Amino acid sequence: MIAKNLRVSVEAQCLCGENGRENFTTEARRSTETLKLVKSGNYQYFHAKCMSALLETKQPVEAAGPLHLEKQLTVVVAGNPNAGKTSLFNALTGLRQKVANYPGVTVERKTGDWALDDRIPPASLIDLPGLYSLNPTSLDEQIARDVLLGRQPGLADPDVTIVVVDATNPVRNLYLATQLIETERPVVIALTMFDLAERSGLKINVRKLSAELGVPVIPVVAKQRIGLDDLARAVLKVNREHHIGRGNIPTVREGSVWAPNEAFGDRNPANRQTNLIRRYAMIERIVSEAVDVKNDGRTRISERIDRVVTHRIFGPVILLLVMLFVFQAIFSWASLPMTLIDSVFTGLADLVRAHLPASILTDLLADGIIAGVGGVLAFLPQILLLFFFISLLEDSGYMARAAFLMDRLMRAVGLHGKAFVPLLSSFACAVPGIMATRTIEHPKDRITTIMIAPFMSCSARLPIYTLVIAALFSGKTVLGFISLGAVIIMAMYLFGILAAILVALVMKRTVLKAPPTSFVMELPPYRLPDARNVGHALLSRCSIFLRKAGTVILAMSILFWALAAFPRASSAPLPLGEGKGERDLAVTQALTPSLSQRERANQIQNSFAGRAGRFIEPVIAPLGFDWKIGVGLISSFAARETIISTLNIVYNVGDDSANKSSLVGAMRNARRADGSRVWTPLTGLSLILFFLLACQCMSTVAIVRRETNSWRWPLFMVSYMLVLAYVVSLITYQGGLLLGFA
Amino acid sequence: MTLDMVPKNSSARVVAVESDEGHNLRLMEMGLVPGAPVRMVKTAPLGDPLQVCVRNYDLALRRAEAKSVVVCLDEK
Repeated sequence: MIAKNLRVSVEAQCLCGENGRENFTTEARRSTETLKLVKSGNYQYFHAKCMSALLETKQPVEAAGPLHLEKQLTVVVAGNPNAGKTSLFNALTGLRQKVANYPGVTVERKTGDWALDDRIPPASLIDLPGLYSLNPTSLDEQIARDVLLGRQPGLADPDVTIVVVDATNPVRNLYLATQLIETERPVVIALTMFDLAERSGLKINVRKLSAELGVPVIPVVAKQRIGLDDLARAVLKVNREHHIGRGNIPTVREGSVWAPNEAFGDRNPANRQTNLIRRYAMIERIVSEAVDVKNDGRTRISERIDRVVTHRIFGPVILLLVMLFVFQAIFSWASLPMTLIDSVFTGLADLVRAHLPASILTDLLADGIIAGVGGVLAFLPQILLLFFFISLLEDSGYMARAAFLMDRLMRAVGLHGKAFVPLLSSFACAVPGIMATRTIEHPKDRITTIMIAPFMSCSARLPIYTLVIAALFSGKTVLGFISLGAVIIMAMYLFGILAAILVALVMKRTVLKAPPTSFVMELPPYRLPDARNVGHALLSRCSIFLRKAGTVILAMSILFWALAAFPRASSAPLPLGEGKGERDLAVTQALTPSLSQRERANQIQNSFAGRAGRFIEPVIAPLGFDWKIGVGLISSFAARETIISTLNIVYNVGDDSANKSSLVGAMRNARRADGSRVWTPLTGLSLILFFLLACQCMSTVAIVRRETNSWRWPLFMVSYMLVLAYVVSLITYQGGLLLGFA
Repeated sequence: MTLDMVPKNSSARVVAVESDEGHNLRLMEMGLVPGAPVRMVKTAPLGDPLQVCVRNYDLALRRAEAKSVVVCLDEK
């Protein structure tokens, strides 16, 4: 143990090198932390194996020297996807980061403050989307390239570019790095995963690599914070000296491989191919100089895991089990905190009503604002859980395998394999599902996926399904033993999928027509997810949801409150006229007489929502709906489950949503003017189909607005789904009548 | 022969990548340049896409895309 301690402290001294006393103290502190890690076990292998290799070849980075900065430094982190870019970014910035969109697009822009040196203000660090080359094939890559080349409007030319290079795959990763070096920009290479590279038999001579490329190469282990100070010093040095790569890579001026118009889209594919081949030849030469390959012939661990995980039979079974688990988690685990949030806010609203004088402001506070905030927060448990699992799946490398397994199936409807997970998640709730479509790179594939996600029958539809089944189909069986209710619910799920497939097929041929996108995708090696990265991902998801979608949802819920609260009803029962309402009001009032309930019923009947319900009655009558269902439909545009509390109010059976049996009774007793029942099985079927297909969920609208960065797509979604729902309900009801069902 | 015809676990070398209007440049940028060794790892359960190993990493691509990569099989 003593020997080990000694070794670590010696390494710590080497690491800090000739960088003075202050650095030594930080490194010494770090070495105590390192010691703890060594004692805790697993770290030992890494340390013994890699640090020695690293220290042999590490290029000494000199101290920062005098610092004269006119402005805040802008540093960008670029690199291939899965190269460890985000881990490095998180390690450098900690929690001091902001997530926003690049103007006009939905590509995420992550910036943070990086304290390079105590003597200067922190640099602004930008984490770019992963890219393989300066010739973009997706919107993400295009934005990344524009930022790198200083062509992104509103962003200054970056002062220094850190290119993250995955040491396990130097050739492909250096492709982007050499492109950037040739543009004569100050570049520092951060070499990640060199411990893994060493294990897989690649021995990298960092000094040689740096000499060949002409730029500093700094080995880093973001998780253990190794090499981060060196990286900061190298960035400062490169910035100060305007150091530009002068290794064995010809720059643009010297007639480089990178023909200047390559990134601008050289029209001649043959030229681009020639350049590409020349570049790979150059990189292969550099790598053969600096990297020693010792292949011990062992099968890579990832490939061995893949033998099971993407196995012809086990693969789909495992995928099904994984997704079932995730689905179950968001479906049922989230319900407890959701109920908790709901009851807290209901209690809060009651408290407000009890202690403030009855007035319109009290109503606004209790029913509009508090209920609205509660409604927004109620989404958080589902979003947190789904994104917890998604980041685990992404970081471990499984997500790419899921896309690999599902691509053939998803392609049948014109979608990418990556659309599978968001769509499946939408069965619990479309809001987190739509947020999860960010993994799909091609914008048109992504929008198609967003457009069909609401057809996945989400958990908010279940209350209305079960209400209709309880009122109209209870006790009936199919084939003598299967409950008709179960068959109907199952049919709703399947019909939703069918609608999604048909709509996707139509959209991919019309509004979202695009040349077939490619599936060329890296299957990254399996890695243990890092808790810190998962935490960062969760935090940013939640803050985006609350800031960007939550505010819209809150505003809309206040609007819907106002629609039901204005104009104020007088205390006397309103002459409802029209004959229709009075009769069933009389029936239901006889069932459960209560003054406050009657007042509430009066209020909603007289409100804008109630008037609108009557106004649209001629339009919805062919679907078998009367004006009361109309009021329910209008209120359910806030959220689907709202229809139950609205029906409770209009049927005058008290505001207790749990009190389903009295509502069921009221529904069964409701009569039309001619004395026939309002709620026939056909009406019920027509209604649940309408609920399946219409986009009655302002939260979905808000999140689509956020994720597509325009009101065009959410409005389009609401309209086409409404038309589809109307047509299908119409065909069901009128067709049913023609066939003699009542 | 083309990459999609390489039997499972067999190695081959890229001879050329047919590029129609630059569509397949990405395949080359990902390392499938002439001369590069490539090994067929497996096909997905539904027969498409394919998984190949090139330059020490795994790449998934659709059968149609693999058809544009001309290869010659390594002799055992």
